[in-house]
Amino acid sequence: MKFAVLQFPGSNCDQDAVHVLQNVLGHSAGLLWHKESSLGQPDAVIIPGGFSYGDYLRTGAIARFSPVMEAVRSFASEGGLVLGICNGFQILCEAGMLPGALVRNRSLQFRCEHIFLKTITANSPFTNSIPPEKLLCVPIAHGEGCYFADDDTLARLRTNDQILWRYVNAAGEATDAANPNGSLDNIAGICNEARNVAGLMPHPERASESILGSADGRLVFESMVGALQRNGSPSAPIVAQRPVCA
Amino acid sequence: MSSDSPAITGDLVRQHNLAPEEYERLKAILGREPSYTELGIFSVMWSEHCSYKNSRPLLKTFPTRSPRILVGAGEENAGIIDIGDGLAIAFKIESHNHPSAVEPFQGAATGVGGIIRDIFTMGARPVCAINSLRFGSIAENVKPGADLAESEVQGSKFKVQGSRFGAVPTLDPRPLGAPEGSAGGSTLAHNRRLFAGVVAGIAHYGNCFGIPTIAGEVAFDPCYEGNPLVNAFCLGVLRHDQIVRGAAKGVGNPVFYVGPATGRDGLAGAAFASQDLTQESAQQQRGAVQVGDPFMEKLVCEACLELLATGAVAGIQDMGAAGLTCSTCETAARAGNGIEIDLSRVPQRAPNMSPYEIMLSESQERMLIIVQKGREDDVKRIFDKWDLPWAEIGRVTDTGRMLVRNNGSVVADIPAKKLADEAPLYQREAREPEYIKSVREFTLASIPDQKDPVAALFSLLAWPTVASKNWVYRQYDHMVRDGTAVCPGSDAAVLRIKADSLPASAAQTEHTTRNTEAEGSGFRVQETGNRGQRTESGQASPEKLLALTVDGNATYVYLDPYEGSKIVVAEAARNLACSGAVPLGVTDNLNFGNPYNPEIFWQLRESVRGLAEACRVFNAPVTGGNVSLYNQSPAGPIDPTPTVAMVGLIERGEHITTQWFKDEGDAIILLGQAVDESDPLQGLGGSAYLQVMHGLKTGAPPRCDLEKEKDLHLVLRSLIHTGVVKSAHDCSDGGLAIALAECCISHQIARDTPRLIGAQLDLGARTALSARTLGESAAPTNETPAAVVRLDALFFGETQSRIIISTAPLDAVKTVERAKLLGVQAAWIGIVGGEDLEMHTDSGAFKWPVADLYDRWWNAIARAMG
Repeated sequence: MKFAVLQFPGSNCDQDAVHVLQNVLGHSAGLLWHKESSLGQPDAVIIPGGFSYGDYLRTGAIARFSPVMEAVRSFASEGGLVLGICNGFQILCEAGMLPGALVRNRSLQFRCEHIFLKTITANSPFTNSIPPEKLLCVPIAHGEGCYFADDDTLARLRTNDQILWRYVNAAGEATDAANPNGSLDNIAGICNEARNVAGLMPHPERASESILGSADGRLVFESMVGALQRNGSPSAPIVAQRPVCA
Repeated sequence: MSSDSPAITGDLVRQHNLAPEEYERLKAILGREPSYTELGIFSVMWSEHCSYKNSRPLLKTFPTRSPRILVGAGEENAGIIDIGDGLAIAFKIESHNHPSAVEPFQGAATGVGGIIRDIFTMGARPVCAINSLRFGSIAENVKPGADLAESEVQGSKFKVQGSRFGAVPTLDPRPLGAPEGSAGGSTLAHNRRLFAGVVAGIAHYGNCFGIPTIAGEVAFDPCYEGNPLVNAFCLGVLRHDQIVRGAAKGVGNPVFYVGPATGRDGLAGAAFASQDLTQESAQQQRGAVQVGDPFMEKLVCEACLELLATGAVAGIQDMGAAGLTCSTCETAARAGNGIEIDLSRVPQRAPNMSPYEIMLSESQERMLIIVQKGREDDVKRIFDKWDLPWAEIGRVTDTGRMLVRNNGSVVADIPAKKLADEAPLYQREAREPEYIKSVREFTLASIPDQKDPVAALFSLLAWPTVASKNWVYRQYDHMVRDGTAVCPGSDAAVLRIKADSLPASAAQTEHTTRNTEAEGSGFRVQETGNRGQRTESGQASPEKLLALTVDGNATYVYLDPYEGSKIVVAEAARNLACSGAVPLGVTDNLNFGNPYNPEIFWQLRESVRGLAEACRVFNAPVTGGNVSLYNQSPAGPIDPTPTVAMVGLIERGEHITTQWFKDEGDAIILLGQAVDESDPLQGLGGSAYLQVMHGLKTGAPPRCDLEKEKDLHLVLRSLIHTGVVKSAHDCSDGGLAIALAECCISHQIARDTPRLIGAQLDLGARTALSARTLGESAAPTNETPAAVVRLDALFFGETQSRIIISTAPLDAVKTVERAKLLGVQAAWIGIVGGEDLEMHTDSGAFKWPVADLYDRWWNAIARAMG
């Protein structure tokens, strides 16, 4: 598989995403500068975490105007898979490619810690390889990750099965204490109606190797690869290791 | 010379903190009266911050050599150490104390920014940050001055803050910046504001830049009221062939300025950092605090690393303290060349800036780059790509002079080497402070033994200095860059260095350029994968594991600067050993008061003696560091606070060891002597216990036998290498009881999900206290037999050279035997399991539910902060 990882000024998880896709999972992955107007021919696009444009104005607010985002928009409109992680999720919301918004954490503090994610639906290219009962232990690192949407949007998300992940406790319950940022309905990640664009605040690329404490995050990338393969994408993954959670 | 500047008067010279004899020296160097701009330049270059004029003779006593040192202390912006396979690390610690006192958020943020620049200036990619912080008390239980009242009641003679140096005049108890007429309650509030502001500032800068802040320490003590300490550390990785120098090499080479425009912020910050902090100076100098922009720094860093890979750079230096002044004269001095710049070409943020202001501004995120003649276009291309300002501002000359023009007229013309390297040097007078005598006289006679260790352990765990620092480190991104193998919360953080941690090499840059052109799609394939995980010479570059810690128990150093400083280094080395690492080197930050006070200079001298001796023993050369003097507020000087950041190497992934107990049924083994019975205070001198439970900061601190300590680390590592050690934790603040509690409660799996596990300990005289090496007779030999070990000393004494390990039960006996065989005392003292921490002693059994211990410890700081 060939992944394009976008690089905005201020992206800082771009190299991590490339590392995991390429060195851990054995796919081809390359950085794509934000001034480019063409994506090349990737199988999927990753919008990585960081502080694009220093998060000035609002998180993701300036990045969405980068030339590369036009290319991403048309890639997505043709059904291409796009995953936004952390700042990437914020950019996708700002760009209107995902509904809702991410606002300041309820604690008013940046939060970096591992959390448990419950996968709400396997019906997406980002979740199809995740065993239904498995909780993913994955880190978060954000100051503005509180998911917010109006009631109608929220209702639509539920009706259309667009909520992909919720923050839960070790027992799998979506409690207040398990919610690190005050997100509505403990929402950690969602997809669009067409189900080919998704965003999440946690960092699966920081939980893809057992030396880093958890390899659960791989399941997200492996889901994408699986979906692409079923669609008859030419290149096959080199390795598909089972997840390990330390 | 330009004429639009004030006349040089005695007052003006004094305002620039230059002593009359220093002014004479300056005139002798120039052979004439200085211009206003030149006066400013000398003032910052000869400040303590830039010249180390009061501390350099002491710093020369540090060990600075080892076969691994590639760039030694003082040569460049940071030292560089070989870590094998052609890889190297650059690291350094630096203080930003005074700016943080005045404006905590920006002060701390720019401290982080400055140290990151010091690292990528060496050609290294910054891969992690750590920090050491000190603040006044944030919680009610240690009231400022409470110890004074209490010690008077008890008739102890020792003096506390503010009064300990008789010469300090009557004190203004108000903290800096606090509203008029505020009293004690607002002191706590002010300390909390400073603490919150500093942590938020570090988080802001580090998180946005994208560097993991993976370790640190925070301590609270009334002596830091009004003068908090913010010591920031950064480490970068590079290949040996990527080391670049901050030297203006090659006569005729153009000099580039890159990064944001110069403004009036941070004017003469280095000079500000080199005076006592007073209410007045704080208000006047708020303008001396710079404003940081981590986004800009990220771009400047990426652009510089990209440029360095092209080979177009002859020399590079960041504009940190003393900005353009320091970077131009130091690069020229290092190369033995001259440098010529024109200020009218320097990008300026504010209109009508004077040459004085431009030369002394400390606007952030700026770099000075000396470019190989003919390669100017590389600079332009790369900095344009990153949308960063650049300007060609001058050239390298062969005159040896730093020549500064403004619109054609000369505003400064100074011999660069004399300015950079020939600052005055002082050997200050030293005198043992009065208070040391009463410290030595302190005995435990007036201290009743502890009757309720259950309550005492709860109190100590909730003491902010001992409590979990998760309130702090959860605000720092400590996992970005995919390298954090052990997160904050164990004895030392462990960082994995992988191939793509390194800066790009020339070959990669060329490849990507070709690749981009050929495909025309802009899709460039990263050359650092498994398949690309090879250096140019074709050798595989394996992953490396680094362990990092920063330590500095200032209470010990205050009570005995020499012994206390030995312990600072020993504790850092012990933390590394507990994580499975061998020390590679040290960077230190000496935070002291005003060196013109002979008692403070004595503290400094004695402390350096202890640090140097211990660094030698642990084979941890000092690669550089920082001296921050004048740390005193109107209430008096801070406790002498040397902080030591130590970096070590872990050979293999299997050797990474964490501090928490792992499995039910595991054996708990104490390496080292439970209580140092030869110490009349049984390890309680300067202890957290005496401070918290008795309001006393006194007594001779525990002794540390460095050779014994070194053997302990050696034995621990050898046990770790055999694969039997499942956890290792050092005993430090709060003693054995705190260490055991931490082993039970410190494993945090995820948010709100600790992994708690109990333990049953037998600390009776027949087990723990009888731990002896093989061959020693069971009966004590030459010492007074059976000095009665006090319960408070057993639980909370801080006897040095102790480590708690756990092993599978089947491995326990052979582990104890092996340790003894290697000459280290060892005893099997308990078993992991259950829901309580239970300790059986000759004075009875005591029990704590681990869930309660966890709650006190984990939430203490959040509760104090409200």
